[in-house]
Amino acid sequence: MIESSPTSIPAGSPATSRKRLVLVGHGMVGQRFLEALFDRDGSDAWQVTVLCEEPRAAYDRVHLTSYFSGTTAEGLSMVPEGFMEEHGVVLRLGAPAESVDREARTVTARGGEVFPYDALVLATGSYPFVPPVPGHDADGCFVYRTIEDLEAIEAWAKGSRVGAVVGGGLLGLEAAGALKAMGLDTHVVEFAPRLMAIQVDEGGGDALRRKIEELGVTVHTGAGTQEIGVGEDGRAATMSLSNGATLDVDLVIFSAGVRPRDQLARDCGLTVGERGGIAVDATCLTSDPSIWAIGECAMATDGRVYGLVAPGYQMAETVAHELTGGSGSFTGADTSTKLKLLGVDVASFGDAHGTAEGCLEVLYANSRAGVYKKLVISPEGKLLGGVLVGDAAQYDLLRPICLAGADLPAAPEQLVLPEGAGGPVAIGASALPDAAVVCSCHNVTKGAIRAAVTDTGCADVPAVKKCTRAGTGCGSCVKMLTTIVNDELVANGAEVSKGLCEHFEHTRAELFEIVQVRGITSFARLIDEHGTGQGCDICKPAVASILASLSNGHILDGEQASLQDTNDHFLANLQRNGSYSVVPRIPGGEITPEGLIVIGEIARDFGLYTKITGGQRIDMFGASVDQLPLIWKRLVDAGFESGHAYGKALRTVKSCVGETWCRYGVQDSVGLAIELELRYRGLRSPHKLKSAVSGCARECAEAQSKDFGVIATSNGWNLYVGGNGGMTPRHADLLAADLDRETLLRTIDRFLMFYIRTADRLERTAPWVERMEGGLDHLRAVVMDDSLGICDDLDELMQRHVETYEDEWRATLDDPDRLRRFVSFVNAPGTPDPSVTFVPERDQIRPAKPGENGTTLPTAGLIAGPTLEVRTS
Amino acid sequence: MTADIHAQAHAHGQAPGPGARGGHVEVSDGDGWTTVCPVTDLIPGRGVAALVGGRQVAVFLDRDGAVYAVDNYDPFSEAYVISRGIVGTRGGIPVVASPMFKQAFDLRTGLCLDTDDEPVALAVFETRLRAAVAEVA
Ligand SMILES: Cc1cc2nc3c(=O)[nH]c(=O)nc-3n(C[C@H](O)[C@H](O)[C@H](O)COP(=O)(O)OP(=O)(O)OC[C@H]3O[C@@H](n4cnc5c(N)ncnc54)[C@H](O)[C@@H]3O)c2cc1C
Ligand code: SF4
Repeated sequence: MIESSPTSIPAGSPATSRKRLVLVGHGMVGQRFLEALFDRDGSDAWQVTVLCEEPRAAYDRVHLTSYFSGTTAEGLSMVPEGFMEEHGVVLRLGAPAESVDREARTVTARGGEVFPYDALVLATGSYPFVPPVPGHDADGCFVYRTIEDLEAIEAWAKGSRVGAVVGGGLLGLEAAGALKAMGLDTHVVEFAPRLMAIQVDEGGGDALRRKIEELGVTVHTGAGTQEIGVGEDGRAATMSLSNGATLDVDLVIFSAGVRPRDQLARDCGLTVGERGGIAVDATCLTSDPSIWAIGECAMATDGRVYGLVAPGYQMAETVAHELTGGSGSFTGADTSTKLKLLGVDVASFGDAHGTAEGCLEVLYANSRAGVYKKLVISPEGKLLGGVLVGDAAQYDLLRPICLAGADLPAAPEQLVLPEGAGGPVAIGASALPDAAVVCSCHNVTKGAIRAAVTDTGCADVPAVKKCTRAGTGCGSCVKMLTTIVNDELVANGAEVSKGLCEHFEHTRAELFEIVQVRGITSFARLIDEHGTGQGCDICKPAVASILASLSNGHILDGEQASLQDTNDHFLANLQRNGSYSVVPRIPGGEITPEGLIVIGEIARDFGLYTKITGGQRIDMFGASVDQLPLIWKRLVDAGFESGHAYGKALRTVKSCVGETWCRYGVQDSVGLAIELELRYRGLRSPHKLKSAVSGCARECAEAQSKDFGVIATSNGWNLYVGGNGGMTPRHADLLAADLDRETLLRTIDRFLMFYIRTADRLERTAPWVERMEGGLDHLRAVVMDDSLGICDDLDELMQRHVETYEDEWRATLDDPDRLRRFVSFVNAPGTPDPSVTFVPERDQIRPAKPGENGTTLPTAGLIAGPTLEVRTS
Repeated sequence: MTADIHAQAHAHGQAPGPGARGGHVEVSDGDGWTTVCPVTDLIPGRGVAALVGGRQVAVFLDRDGAVYAVDNYDPFSEAYVISRGIVGTRGGIPVVASPMFKQAFDLRTGLCLDTDDEPVALAVFETRLRAAVAEVA
């Protein structure tokens, strides 16, 4: 920094004489800069104004493609709620800076408003390069950079059959994947002789090409785009390639690289690089001592313009330090990358092309399996770089080792071989040195993560994420992060006791094995032989669930009755005043008018409060235990059965109307949802299971927020797993694409049984998938390729479930012994519980609050209309 | 307290079948004994609610055959639901977990084991078994 510069801030300068900071560009790096700035003491010296060209504040461009699979603009937003207000930032949306007057130190925005500055930070990013071929600006030609671009592509794609992407790099392939997912015949045209030429070598390029072709995308390499033929209507119609071929197209996406947006800087005379990019020094200062440049618009001291987000974040940190009395430096960064394309594993890191003097290569290629792995090794045996195609599982481990210059944990040839062929069985996080960067988005080392656990006292992964920000960027390191945190906790002697509770030292998964292998059918035997004491409210329901998953007996019979949570015990959901709610199953959310009338009549006759649930069914509230059998008798007589809303079991399979009614639908989503719901109804699991089926990629049923979700494609069904709504939302992962019905069912069967068998107590599928060693690839291998040899077993268990399912409520009504428990008072059957009282609200009942004078509902035996006066207006 | 009655109850870990030595569970509210139900109606590890002199009482049978009675009112949720909780042990102490928010209460003293601040306790009631003769149908 330049000491005499008027922008150098004496630490702790009072807020009253605040200096003016103008940030131009509110993209990923701009927002990161603001966060880094306000994280630091001394930031209150600045009054910040942000000029944002786009109509919305910063969003996650890296995950832009997920917009097509349902992530909303809000979901992509990177700005925490209240952030701007909290820090007094003035944010101008849709207000690009048009000129900078360095003499006067002012920025003029579109519309003419002038903003004086003491410090100016440029974070204008880059723009997609569109080769100036004839027809490039025809209707139907797009770039792929902003939410608006994607909105336009989505709208155009609706009337299109064939799409072509110009450019076979990282982004181009992502765009091609998106077009394919929207059902278009898709071409990728790449000028270079192979795909992703910057990141992968020839061998890797071959393997990658096959993978992309397997997705159904047509690949043209070594082919330049010469002209876009435009129809009379002004729309793109054909595409001529330099190899003589002509493609009929309806939609074209240019993804032929990006160029830094340095025009503003050029116009005001700042130094720019020969091939573009605002020249900066190691502190990201431009040739003007009051102006900094960060992110994709800047050219670093190594002469490079970085088109990745992590280097931009490092620059943001650097400037935030500089402006708050600290110092930072950025002189160059790692450009390791991993392709985010479903089903195609590609990663490259370090010196991927083996350009270093005397370096050696270790190769494994198996074109049958579509795997190509290359490691570049120095003569001393250090890892310099690598390319992984088809199996990039080791990327998380190898990249940090490479960057930290650490020793390899095993011989390189062992590292490239597949498991089972002499390859590494378990090389884990322990192989990483402390200096290894685990989270590259936020530049967090393994050492920093360990310190967060040991020195700061973070006791779990969420705490470490919060404290170090590791894992909060692109998220690809979360698995590694979890392992490191847990290892560290264990090393510190923390009680990461895996035992279920004080009565069992086994995990739920271990107990499951024990129960299954030994054929144990009672809690008494299990705790006598494998536990201690009497059990408790933790182990009893957990064991009850295991017994139910395995043997399918009625959950209220014999000893099992004593193990159930109160909800299962009364086959209904306990509500706040001690009353229960009743939810009949409505498979797929499809119900006849007669069904609706029956439910309506029952609710009316028993005076129950009714509400439509989020799972497309109807919940009736306010029933006392005495009423439950009477209500269910009528429901069962009308053909309804238990909805298991009370159980850790399958809840609902939501659906949209799909092809049958919807003009976009490509498959019968309701039919499939009903089939799935009937197949898995009553299946007891470690936690509740939710599902949904959407009739096309528009995803109206929100299948990607479910434990298992299915989305129709024109070729079959895509299966997503591990999604979650609620407190910790998680988008589901694509497990397999374009499955036929039979394969789909089989895969879900196995997924569910594998989950039931190995998850912890009360562990939803989302955390289960997330902590799975080997990740999604492992899961896929287990359920689709039978890599553990357990699929027969899983299939058989599910078959047994399907064959022995019976409706719990019908079976309860048929058995006087089971019915006996449904009384409020064992010594006064027929006496209603006087404490369960209600008052009217919005024409229905609600529980009376303490102090409110409520009325009890009519009980046992009485079937009457509502006894409460309701408002009529 | 309950100790004197336990010995008469059931063999370890077994649900009392129809032929098991029975009797009626009785609970005292201080003013007199109220019959709750035949002990054979209780499921080991579970509870029932009973009206005892106008009060709601939760009555439990544990796996060792001991019978306990505590107030049915859950002070945390302010609902009468304790009888629907799960019975177990914590560190050897017989407890019931509230079905609402899962606080554990010592069945012998009624004391809540999950509060740090003010101690919270359920009222406890004396129980006894009265030999059944011809009353059980
Ligand atoms: C589809 C896609 C996938 C990607 N995937 C990855 C990935 O997996 N990994 C990775 O590392 N990177 C990825 N990237 C690149 C990554 O998004 C960029 O590196 C990152 O966004 C750069 O941040 P930035 O703030 O420098 O630029 P941007 O995020 O582009 O933000 C610049 C902002 O400045 C605004 N602006 C420009 N000029 C002006 C002006 N005169 N006045 C006001 N505002 C202005 C622009 O409108 C824009 O909003 C991907 C990019 C795309 C498009
Ligand atoms: S998801 Fe279903 S409702 Fe939505 S557009 Fe597709 S078919 Fe239609």
